[in-house]
Amino acid sequence: MIKRNGHWLMVALTGLVAAVARVPVAHAAWTLNLTPGVDAVSRDIYGLHMLMFWWCVGIAVVVFGFIIYSLVRFRHSKGAVADTQLLHNTRVEIVWTLLPALILVSMAVPAARVLVEAEDTSGSQLEIRVTGYQWRWVYQYVGTNVTLISSLDRDSDQARQLDSGIDPFSVPNYLLNVDHPLVVPAGVKVRVLITGGDVIHSWWLPAFGIKKDAIPGYINEAWFAVDPDKLGTYRGQCAELCGRDHGFMPIVVQVVSQQDFQQWLKAQEAAMPPGSAPLTPEVGQPPLPTYAPPSPTTAPSPTT
Amino acid sequence: MAHSEHAATAHEEHDDHDHKPKGLWRWVSTTNHKDIGTLYLIFSCTMFFVAGSFAMLIRAELFKPGLQFLDPALFNTFTTMHGLVMIFGAIMPGFVGLANWMIPMQVGAPDMALPRMNNFSFWILPFAFTLLIGSIFVPGGGMAGGWTLYPPLSIQTGDALPMAIFSIHLMGASSIMGAINIIVTIMNMRAPGMSLLRMPLFVWTWLITAFLLIAVMPVLAGAVTMLLTDHFFGTSFFNAAGGGDPVMFQHIFWFFGHPEVYIMILPGFGIVSEIIPTFSRKPLFGYDAMVYATASIAFLSFIVWAHHMFTVGLPLASELFFMLSTMLIAIPTGVKVFNWSATLYRGSISYDPPMLWALAFLFLFSIGGFSGLMLAIAPADFQYQDTYFVVAHFHYVLVSGALFSIMGAVYYWLPKWTGHMYNMKLAKWHFWLSAIFFNVLFFPQHFLGLAGMPRRIPDYATQFADWNMVSSLGGFAFGASQLLFPYIIWQCVRGGEKATDRVWEGARGLEWELPSPAPYHTWAEAPAMATLDHGAPVHETHG
Repeated sequence: MIKRNGHWLMVALTGLVAAVARVPVAHAAWTLNLTPGVDAVSRDIYGLHMLMFWWCVGIAVVVFGFIIYSLVRFRHSKGAVADTQLLHNTRVEIVWTLLPALILVSMAVPAARVLVEAEDTSGSQLEIRVTGYQWRWVYQYVGTNVTLISSLDRDSDQARQLDSGIDPFSVPNYLLNVDHPLVVPAGVKVRVLITGGDVIHSWWLPAFGIKKDAIPGYINEAWFAVDPDKLGTYRGQCAELCGRDHGFMPIVVQVVSQQDFQQWLKAQEAAMPPGSAPLTPEVGQPPLPTYAPPSPTTAPSPTT
Repeated sequence: MAHSEHAATAHEEHDDHDHKPKGLWRWVSTTNHKDIGTLYLIFSCTMFFVAGSFAMLIRAELFKPGLQFLDPALFNTFTTMHGLVMIFGAIMPGFVGLANWMIPMQVGAPDMALPRMNNFSFWILPFAFTLLIGSIFVPGGGMAGGWTLYPPLSIQTGDALPMAIFSIHLMGASSIMGAINIIVTIMNMRAPGMSLLRMPLFVWTWLITAFLLIAVMPVLAGAVTMLLTDHFFGTSFFNAAGGGDPVMFQHIFWFFGHPEVYIMILPGFGIVSEIIPTFSRKPLFGYDAMVYATASIAFLSFIVWAHHMFTVGLPLASELFFMLSTMLIAIPTGVKVFNWSATLYRGSISYDPPMLWALAFLFLFSIGGFSGLMLAIAPADFQYQDTYFVVAHFHYVLVSGALFSIMGAVYYWLPKWTGHMYNMKLAKWHFWLSAIFFNVLFFPQHFLGLAGMPRRIPDYATQFADWNMVSSLGGFAFGASQLLFPYIIWQCVRGGEKATDRVWEGARGLEWELPSPAPYHTWAEAPAMATLDHGAPVHETHG
């Protein structure tokens, strides 16, 4: 009987989900949790997140359990009589001050370790300068003349216009696709130098565990080293309100093998307009790239 | 007891001589704390619905992917105005209204210490908000850079910028005057024998809040004035190209902003600390610890501001400091939650509407506290910052924290104000609809944030569609449920079962010694201390 009821409930729930979502259940978008990501730091962050989550669940079970027990057990309607002499209890109060402090220490230690790791940008093998503009990203490979201007792709841009009549579900990677994605090699420590060209933006790639603000006048640093076996395309978005089209400047990163990356970079260098100066590694020396000319680059072939 | 009867008679006599002007002029010229409290509460409720309708428009646009109703710039204006109006127009005046009504009655004072300034601090607000809301309609559109007003983006605003900044100045002046009034009243006008550690918790939390207000509102005023001069007078405080520093604004803003979020929650702590003992029929557990915990939270609020800025590229040492100081807040906050729980333990609990709101506060604010603890972990915050996880977090703290406590307070003290009981059945409907749909509205936003949806975007990738639709449905239902609130109050003002003086069986404190409805002038003569029994340790014998 119980089993049949359970089955009925499942069918009803599935039906409800499908009805509400208006899309096939296979769409599988009811995501609940953070992505573990594809590099060491993002996985450590995920570990911290889960550690915190389970601590919170544990504390909630104990505290809420105690509250619910009291709420049920000491109901006036069931004739409960209040113990008006229960005003304080020094021993208990010391325990519930010190015990949380100890728990906090047990959280702070791994958190500090991951923080130190995430902020250590030393020893990188490739540097990329990221500049946020209203409303696109510009990527420059330091030491080369390769500059990519990365804007929302045409299909998303058409569909996202007010009353466009285009169903967003019909656009692949709606609002998460760009014309020129950033291309990076796997297995290499990449340092990203992040700045803003007009207002503050924020470069966020969940799979890499990176979110750094792109601030005019500042060059912020972050790093990632994607696992060699995690080739693929990763997507993120600007995470700091930067004006009208803040929601329409996605970040797309293609992770390719080191060999493919070198080939791609050479091809890009050759394709840049003659006379374009390489960006030198000295931070602060090259002028900020000025946005305006249309992208001179060719899109990397999707097969790389 | 004989003394208090005597006092009550004195009030009735005084009532006969109460010569308030009639009609509209009464409200414009009033210096009576109850009238001004009422004005604040009506204003707060109005702004709650204005800012709430902005939220409904936001949720309507986010109901499904694609842009259906709002241009992105207008969407940004609505998110900005929703934040500014809710914070400065609904929550803060709501608490000030409650303070005006209750603090003199709770400390045994005849009125606020500075009644004319009290009138002035209220009447600034309608002008401030006319200016702020009017700024939506000027050329260049309304403020669209978020309630945090970060430059350089906020400097790009058109004519709305000076209007919004002047309106923030006005609100600041109003808040500072209100805070001064509250401090002076509490410090100087308590009934004889009411030592600081015998004050009701609502009075305590407001005293601390008022100091926070005086400390930080001038900081906000300074920050927005610098925005103004950057825009109009050629300064470069926040302009990197002119040698300024955009991040400095964030430091100044959050030095105001973090105490500000406690300004919006500490009086709520006070309210819950009044309601839970009343409906548990048992004094508050650990009164002294509650006071010290509140003071610790207020102190900590000044040294944690940069946890709003973990992604701006702070030095490692700063990130570590602000992570650890932020985590410390969990200790006094935990003490408060444990004390409320222990107050319930071995009580005699009944579930009237104020208690329901206080209990929802206890559970849901704690959930906001948990997500707050997660957000304190700097590396994890790199993933949470500026996502819907943060939106969910602060709505758990500010809606089920600040707003629910205000709702609870109104349902708690309304019979004292009007002399009538309200419609209990309808009030319970209001509670349950709010509590359920609040969770339908905001709980899925945790999932959205973790799945990667940034905040402040008018349109989103299709994988966020499902939870957004759930959230919007919850939002519409939550919004519609709130319409019950003014209706229930209106009914209660018009009539209803006569309320007793004590109203709630377990109610303790000076306000319950007064008749219901509370006469226009109360405590013209200081009350006797025998009536002071609100859970504070009783050191003195009955006078």
